[in-house]
Amino acid sequence: MAVRADRDRPVDITVLLFAAHRELAGGRADTVVTLPERATVDVLLAELRARGGEWASLPSRAAVAVNRRYASGDTVLYEGDEVALIPPVAGG
Amino acid sequence: MTRESIDPGAVLARVGRPGDGAVAFFAGVVRNENEGRAVSGMEYEGYDEMAREELAAIVAEAAERAGGGRIAAVHRLGSLAVGEVSVAIAVSAPHRAEAFDAARYIIEQIKKRLPVWKREHYLDRDAEWLEGHLPVVEAERG
Repeated sequence: MAVRADRDRPVDITVLLFAAHRELAGGRADTVVTLPERATVDVLLAELRARGGEWASLPSRAAVAVNRRYASGDTVLYEGDEVALIPPVAGG
Repeated sequence: MTRESIDPGAVLARVGRPGDGAVAFFAGVVRNENEGRAVSGMEYEGYDEMAREELAAIVAEAAERAGGGRIAAVHRLGSLAVGEVSVAIAVSAPHRAEAFDAARYIIEQIKKRLPVWKREHYLDRDAEWLEGHLPVVEAERG
């Protein structure tokens, strides 16, 4: 289905950051990313990496949770979703 | 998920039924050294809400493996001193094989997927986030 660009509305997604990822954002616990409508988790990661600097070191397959569940790269993000960037985990 | 000190006895008291002949218990404890550096303590950070849900999912999966055994699993967050319990798992089941298997499954899954991170504090006052495991996203996991 073709999507007309003029109907697309950017979506602001707040991404929660934890542990070492907070250092990417100067110590902040979240960061806001503006994405095109129906953007996926992969698009979000590409957008973050494109910020350059420390962000460029973010693995292209970093784990992302959407609404508190691990989400695959093709998961579509909607306004209001709870999105979190999950650094490699080290519990136990 | 708790910020209070973990009492192993209280975790053990939550399992066991008249038909269970085996109880397996595992505790993770903060060590005093890592890779040759003297450690003074460990700070655990978690994505609280997700960690709670993920731990419950892991326990449910383990219960299925243990054929309906009883399970209690607690993970600590916050600042821990050397020797403090960071995670405690108790499983009761009719026989030892299921109890050991379920306890092992829970700790391995915690290490693979629980959204928790630890920052190690060293005696020389330096601190570092420890390398972790990249969670594998399985599409079929619902």
